Amino acid sequence: MSTRFFTQYGEEIATLTMEHVWLTAAAMAFATMIAVPTGIWLTRAPRWARPIIGVTNILQTIPSLAMFGFLLPLPWLGERAARIAIFALTAYALLPILRNTYAGIRGIDPAVIEVAQALGLTGTQRLFKVELPLAASFILAGLRTATVTCIGIATIAAAVGAGGLGELIFRGVASVDNRLVLAGAVPAALLALAADGALGLLERRFKVAAR
Amino acid sequence: MSTAIEFRAITVATPQGRRLLEDISLCVEAGTLTVLLGRSGSGKTTLLRTVNRMVLPTGGEVLVNGKPNRDVDMIALRRSIGYVIQETGLFPHFTVERNVGVVLEAEGCARAERVRRSHELLLAVGLDPAIYADRFPNQLSGGQRQRVGLARALAADPDILLMDEPFGALDPLTRGEMQDMLRGLLAGLKKTVLLVTHDLDEALYLGDQIALLSEGELIACLEPEEFLKSDLPEIQGYVRAFHRGERSAGPVAKR
Repeated sequence: MSTRFFTQYGEEIATLTMEHVWLTAAAMAFATMIAVPTGIWLTRAPRWARPIIGVTNILQTIPSLAMFGFLLPLPWLGERAARIAIFALTAYALLPILRNTYAGIRGIDPAVIEVAQALGLTGTQRLFKVELPLAASFILAGLRTATVTCIGIATIAAAVGAGGLGELIFRGVASVDNRLVLAGAVPAALLALAADGALGLLERRFKVAAR
Repeated sequence: MSTAIEFRAITVATPQGRRLLEDISLCVEAGTLTVLLGRSGSGKTTLLRTVNRMVLPTGGEVLVNGKPNRDVDMIALRRSIGYVIQETGLFPHFTVERNVGVVLEAEGCARAERVRRSHELLLAVGLDPAIYADRFPNQLSGGQRQRVGLARALAADPDILLMDEPFGALDPLTRGEMQDMLRGLLAGLKKTVLLVTHDLDEALYLGDQIALLSEGELIACLEPEEFLKSDLPEIQGYVRAFHRGERSAGPVAKR
C-alpha cells in the first residue's frame, strides 16, 4: 500500500478504529454488568442455570447479519445504528461471561466454601473475599472470549450503518478494492489480538495456584 | 462442670425420608474432648454439623451453652465455634497469616491485631511465623496445612471446637505428631472439643469420652477405659476389627 493511500484514508481508519473500540467496549461493559451478577445468582439458584444459560446460547446462534436486521424496525433501539450494534454485541457477549462466572464459582473446592460458611462469613463476605477472587481468572477468560468474538462481529454492524471498521470492508467489497478491505480487516484483527493479549495477561495475574 | 453442648433427641432425615440420625441424646461437658467414633456413614459427621447449624435436625434440638442453637443468630453462632475439617478448606488465595486471621477479618478487627493474633497462633500450633506467615497453602505439607486449619479455628478464641477427621488424610507418623500437638495445646486452653474420627487409637488417646455411632444410632458414650472393657457387641466388634493387625503381627514378632 502506498503512502498516498494512507494520506487519503489514514484519518478515516483512525476514526473508524475508535468507533469500533467504543462499540465493543460499551457492549462489554453492559454484558459484564448483566452476565456477572446473573452468573452469581445462578450459583445460588442452580435450577435456573440450564434454562438461562440455554437462552444466551440460543442468542449466540442467531447469525449476526440477521440479528442486526431484526433490530432495525424496533422503536427507540432502531433509531440509532450504534444502539442496535451495542445491543446485539451485548447479546453475543452474554454467554461466555455468564457461563464462565457460573462455572468459575461452582468449580471452587467445596471444602473452601464449606469452611467459609462454617466460620461465619456472611454471604457478602463469602462472595467478595472468597468466591469472586477465586473465580476471577475464569470470569476474565469469559470476558476475553466475548471481547475477541465481538470485535469480529462488530465489523458486521457497518451493514446497518453503525460505523466501525466494517465500514471500510463493506465499501472495499462493493468497489472491489482489496486495499480498502484490508484497511478495515487488518486493524480489526490487530484490535482483537491486542484485546486477547491484554486480557490474557490480566487473567494470568488473577490465577490462583491450585493446591 | 457445666454442659457446653447438649443434643436432645436429634433426628436427621433426608427429604426422601432416609434416616441419617435417629433420636440421639448426648451431653458434652465444658472443657472436655468428646470423640464421635464410628465407621463411614454412621452419621458422626452429620451429628457434628448440627452444632453450628451446617445441618438442621428434622427433630430434636441442640443446646449450645444452655441455649437452643436455632435461637442464636447463625453468623454469631458460627463465629463462636471453631471448625476444622479433613480437607482443611484453606483459602488458596490467602497467605497462611490471612487464612488464620480470616474470622477476625470478617469481624472487622484491625489488621495489626489480626497479624499479632495470627502469629501467636502459628507459634501455638508449631509453625514459625517468620517462615510460614507469608506462604500460600499450596506451599505447605499436609500436616502443616492441618496446623494452619487448627490455628484458624482458634483465632476468634471460641469456647467450642468442632473437628471432623482433622488428621484423617495424614500418614500415621504425622498423625501421631498432630495428636500430640493437639493434646498439648488443649491442655492449656480448656476448650470443649467434639472430634469425629473412625480411628480407635486416636479416640482412646485424645478422648475424655467416646461416643460410638452405628447406622445413625448412638450405641454408647463411655470413658476410654470403660469403652475397652465394655461387653456391648458393637463396641467389641469395633475394637476387635481395629486390633486385628496387632494380633496377626504377634507371632511374626516372636520369631
